[in-house]
Amino acid sequence: MVTRGFVGKKPGGGPKDPTERIPPGQHLVNDFPVLTAGPTPRIATVDWAFTLKVGPQPVKKWTWQEFNALPMTKVVRDIHCVTTWSKLDTQWEGVMVDDILADAGIEPPTDFVLAHSFDGYSTNVPVADMVGGKAMVALKFGGQPLATDHGGPARLLVPHLYFWKSAKWVNGLQFTQKDEPGFWELRGYHIYGDPWLEQRYTSD
Amino acid sequence: MSSILDRTPSIKSFFFDVGTHFRHIAGQHMVVRLTDPDGYSVMRSYSIASAPAGDGIIELAIERLADGEVSHFFHDVVEVGDAIELRGPLGGHFIWSAEKPGTSLLIGGGSGVVPLISMARQRRTGSAGEPMGLLLSARSKDDAPFFDELVEMDAGTPGFSFTATFTREPPVRAADFDRRLDEDMIRVVLGRLGQPPDCTFICGSNRFVNAAADSVLAAGIPAETVRTERYGG
Repeated sequence: MVTRGFVGKKPGGGPKDPTERIPPGQHLVNDFPVLTAGPTPRIATVDWAFTLKVGPQPVKKWTWQEFNALPMTKVVRDIHCVTTWSKLDTQWEGVMVDDILADAGIEPPTDFVLAHSFDGYSTNVPVADMVGGKAMVALKFGGQPLATDHGGPARLLVPHLYFWKSAKWVNGLQFTQKDEPGFWELRGYHIYGDPWLEQRYTSD
Repeated sequence: MSSILDRTPSIKSFFFDVGTHFRHIAGQHMVVRLTDPDGYSVMRSYSIASAPAGDGIIELAIERLADGEVSHFFHDVVEVGDAIELRGPLGGHFIWSAEKPGTSLLIGGGSGVVPLISMARQRRTGSAGEPMGLLLSARSKDDAPFFDELVEMDAGTPGFSFTATFTREPPVRAADFDRRLDEDMIRVVLGRLGQPPDCTFICGSNRFVNAAADSVLAAGIPAETVRTERYGG
């Protein structure tokens, strides 16, 4: 439906490329908006720990120091928030999920992962979207330690899905037999969240 | 669009005729989609200010933002009678349930009061008697949306208390404050509430929400009972 009198600020003028990198219904931002369902938890790195679980069973636990000794990878990715902002060329550094699994000495035992956070948040991601260089636990943004507002000390980064999947303040990954909906997935948001298919809400 | 009302110099309320089948829960939002003749479209989320009423009209209060592609359209272009594409209601977390409300503490910064006024209006229309306290922070009285309505509710609605704080001018009521929100202010508001809140809702800019949440936690409210919504995303 065309809205009477609306003239959009189309990006136009520059190279065509950036607009093609923005999924339908999204707009470009240069700042980094903050959206969180509760108070911002402040976790000191001495209290930080990351646990890998298969079902209820812990497989391996890392302290901050141990986690920082894992192989570090830098990636530059576009990110897309379901509230319709997109940010291009964001720079991250952290530990690929592949390297976490390698350090634990396991192959994915199921097809689904539930990521957990210090504040009780959770989100589900299929294993296929976590391995093969697609996802990391990020410790740095733009070359600096990740700010608390953005999920520091560490957040999950699954940049090809809507950004609520990139859980802030992440403290563990849990393999699950079934695809278990997480916090927002239980509250009206899509179970998978592909921005290119506009999978925003449950019914999309 | 059935009518438009000025709330503050930068906030207007837009009333939409959505049909009497429409039902929402206080605290939920709508997604507005604008499309230009070239097919370019943008979407933004706006909280619903009206209480669930079943009268087929919803109120969205929209603040004019400095570089707001959508908010400028609403403030400068839109007219009564225009058709606007809406989706919703949406949101399953920052919601106040009339069936089991519990004691509620509501804290809003500027236009962050919009989903909270929906909760307060619903409590007023229902029989729910559990206490509700609303704290609104704004630069001045003129910048405080729904101020007169909240003052009236404070006086006329049993169990409802309203506290305002203005960061750039003196308060107009003796019970109000003239500084940024802090732990002492939260303690005063908790005293007016009379019993610990079962749920605390905080809405505003990220900076406001962080400061308010820190003060609320310092005042002894458990983090797991605090729900936040941050504007600007």
